[in-house]
Amino acid sequence: MKKTTFLVSLLMFLTTLVGAQSGTVLINATGATFPAPIYQKWFEAYHAAHSNLQVNYQPLGSGAGIAQLTAGTVDFGASDMPMTDDMIAKLKVKPLHFPTVIGAVVPTYNIPGVSGELKFTQKALVGIYMGTITKWNDPEIANANTGVKLPADDIIVVHRSEGSGTSFIFTDFLSKVSPEWKSKVGAAASPNWPAGLGGKGNDGVMGLVKQTPDSIGYVELIYALSQKIPYGSVQNAAGKFLKADLAGVTAAAAGAAKIMPDDFRVSITNAPGAGSYPISSFTWLLIPSQFQDAAKREAIKGFLNWMLADGQNYNEGLSYAKLPAAVIAKEKKQIAMIQ
Amino acid sequence: MSTATSAIDLAAPPGSGPRVFIRRLRNGDEVAHLITLVFAAAILLITSVMVYELWVRSSLTRSKFGLGFFFSSVWDPVAEQFGAAPFIYGTLVTSLLALAIAVPLGLAAAIFLAELAPRKLSDVIAFLIDLLAAVPSVIYGLLGIFIIVPVMRTVIGPFLKGTLGHVPVVGPLFQGPNYGVGFLTASIVLAIMIVPFIISVSREVLLTVPREQREAALSLGATRWEATWKVVVPWARPGVMGSVFLALARALGETMAVTMVIGNSPKIAASLFAPGYSIAAVIANEFAEASGDAHRSALMELGLVLFLITFILNGCARLLIVATERGGGRPS
Amino acid sequence: MSKLRLAWRKSLNGVMLTLTGVAAFAVVAVLFVILGYLIWNGGTSLNLAFFTQLPRGEGETGGGMANAIVGSLKLLFLAAVIGLPVGLLAGVYLAEFGGKTFAFITRYTTDLLNGAPSIVIGLFAFSVAVLPVKHFSVMAGGVALGVMVIPITVRSTEEFLRAIPNSLREGAMALGANKWKTIATVIIPAASGGIITGMLLSLARVAGETAPLIFTAFGNQYSNTGWSQPIASLPVMIYTYALGPYDDWHRQAWAAGLVLLALVLIANIGCRLILNRKGSARSI
Repeated sequence: MKKTTFLVSLLMFLTTLVGAQSGTVLINATGATFPAPIYQKWFEAYHAAHSNLQVNYQPLGSGAGIAQLTAGTVDFGASDMPMTDDMIAKLKVKPLHFPTVIGAVVPTYNIPGVSGELKFTQKALVGIYMGTITKWNDPEIANANTGVKLPADDIIVVHRSEGSGTSFIFTDFLSKVSPEWKSKVGAAASPNWPAGLGGKGNDGVMGLVKQTPDSIGYVELIYALSQKIPYGSVQNAAGKFLKADLAGVTAAAAGAAKIMPDDFRVSITNAPGAGSYPISSFTWLLIPSQFQDAAKREAIKGFLNWMLADGQNYNEGLSYAKLPAAVIAKEKKQIAMIQ
Repeated sequence: MSTATSAIDLAAPPGSGPRVFIRRLRNGDEVAHLITLVFAAAILLITSVMVYELWVRSSLTRSKFGLGFFFSSVWDPVAEQFGAAPFIYGTLVTSLLALAIAVPLGLAAAIFLAELAPRKLSDVIAFLIDLLAAVPSVIYGLLGIFIIVPVMRTVIGPFLKGTLGHVPVVGPLFQGPNYGVGFLTASIVLAIMIVPFIISVSREVLLTVPREQREAALSLGATRWEATWKVVVPWARPGVMGSVFLALARALGETMAVTMVIGNSPKIAASLFAPGYSIAAVIANEFAEASGDAHRSALMELGLVLFLITFILNGCARLLIVATERGGGRPS
Repeated sequence: MSKLRLAWRKSLNGVMLTLTGVAAFAVVAVLFVILGYLIWNGGTSLNLAFFTQLPRGEGETGGGMANAIVGSLKLLFLAAVIGLPVGLLAGVYLAEFGGKTFAFITRYTTDLLNGAPSIVIGLFAFSVAVLPVKHFSVMAGGVALGVMVIPITVRSTEEFLRAIPNSLREGAMALGANKWKTIATVIIPAASGGIITGMLLSLARVAGETAPLIFTAFGNQYSNTGWSQPIASLPVMIYTYALGPYDDWHRQAWAAGLVLLALVLIANIGCRLILNRKGSARSI
């Protein structure tokens, strides 16, 4: 009796080893949490229309997206930070950058007694994250928010614990507005943060801010919106305080759309113009230019075409801006480069 | 293979040669011996491969930084500067503080269970405490985030800050912003996790102390407590020390519960309220994104260090526990 | 001896003994607090959807952990297939065949493996089972968990085999059985209760492991057949959901925690009751 059950289970095990996939194409990907809400919505919608394609997207951060793409353990990656030439050089198969959406990084906070919107000057954000501004009622913050009663509490700074494209966007902005930040910390996915706690992913930072009074963190717009946590307006290059919204993000991208390089690697933080939201960014899918597996290649090409057309209709529902038409046209040409 | 003549076959000593080997294999015992030996050797193989992989994959940073790796506190993947000091500090602080909380608590409970409680009650309680040891780490982390962190932020933190924060020597340990997450929270969670190990091993060890020792002390006029504390516990001291080492080894390697409540900040800070990092936590958080060879090598080196430390501690623990169970120590 | 000193000693006695009792009950209370919280928060969140639906995307409400439950079971199955035979046969070797030095080295190495932090075993499984084939998989997760199952199984198997009195062995040999037949048909069946419970306890132990799965089994929003693709698991889902901001995620994390703890505790309670009845005092 025991022998037969053993043999039967062994047989079952062996047959599943052979892997009866029945035509399902499973594509594994990892990367940024910045666009994760819309990516997962896209993959869900696309799967509903093409039930034999499953895209398993695990949001672990842009750093992981680049690292696992380099190691070859995933089929494609996603990052809010364009890969540098050094990073690209490490890959045997050249990756192609495909912008997908344009999003905004917002400073979100949890201050007891403050429910409205705070205005953050550029110096305020630099000082808070540098650790030089330590209390909420510091003049740099208070002077920009004269009607608001700010407590004399310590500011609890929250940043990302892992390599993050959102961190890159935020520190890229800080580097552009502060030479001191640029020399001491710089713009990177894993900067040497002078102060604060680390949260895992955009959702980890959001979680920490939500649960920790007197805290401030930087997250993508949809995370703050969906949690109904207040987020502040940021002073842009023209000196105006702008709260992140579709118009501000689109305005920030407008200039870059005209001069988009062929490899799509641009930074649009601190964009000029009175209506530009200063901490905006494109985010990219990193697709290898060659695929051994024909089924995967066709599936990804099909998805990319869909993403550039129907997919864009989902963007604004989650507060991401649509890609400019010129960029979409250019990307369609790049799809042909995937062999 | 040479074809031996019968003369040479006869001349060869018995029990050797390929033909004899095959004949012996037909004997079931030898087969069984061989098979089980192979599987036992598999364990050695797995462990050797593990150490080998850790050693080889960390060679980049080992050669680049040498011993300086352990003393540098700069952890900068971008500039490819790696220093293990913040993680070693965090691991040691949280583990030692966890021990400081868990050992008195655990030893007291073990004394109660071994000396005072009626046998049946003692068995039931020991059973329940063994169940605590079986609770997965991620569940401790879950409870840490939703129960201990808020309590730390609202009750324990302000209390400690108000009282001990002003005391001269220990003051700096309890100053600074109260994040809720940090070294102290991680230590408390760890303490809860390792207390069952201390209790169960210490209780067993205390139960092996010969009755004559207790009775002799009591007959000399000692109170129950004095007999326990001054005679029984010292007798079992090696075993209790062993349980402490075991608990320490467990605390050092603990990953999930710590990374969920320690704050993930690679900095050395004096205050126990400050966020920190531990070796296991940084590996768990950063390994998935370590694309540079140096970054991955640094994390592997951290893993190797952790492995070696727990190896040494576990070895000492085993020796101490065995020493007590064999003959017991003498109260010094 | 002065009356004062005697009174002091007596009161110290009372105080200290009471404190020890308080300590013991405090520790037990923690167990009940844990159970209480999980049942309270998780019990209300358990519904049919949790067991039957796949997880939804970031920020969406609803969905469940069907794939994580199946994933954990698949991983446990692999861990059993990989780790239990090695543990069992190595335990047989140590108890029945072992010589002096090799057996000593094996026991020491088994202890070493037992004490290895689970994250280090995850690193090992990554190097050995993920990098060479260049993708995350159930198999890699199974390897990591299987390696963790081995030391516990070896120890418990060896212990229970040694506990069988020699008279059984001698009796079997007197009847003409050779050594391996004795072991296979007499000794192991006699110790089978203890050996099987030891195996179940080792599986219960690895069912809750999270760290080694993060970079071996990775994670998956879907359910897949086969063994070479990434897979979701309960502990990793709890970890991810607990750290996020969504209340719905927290709800599901509590529910998953309850399910996981229930499985682990039921296995532990059941096995330990059986072991206690067989008279083993050693804690595994």
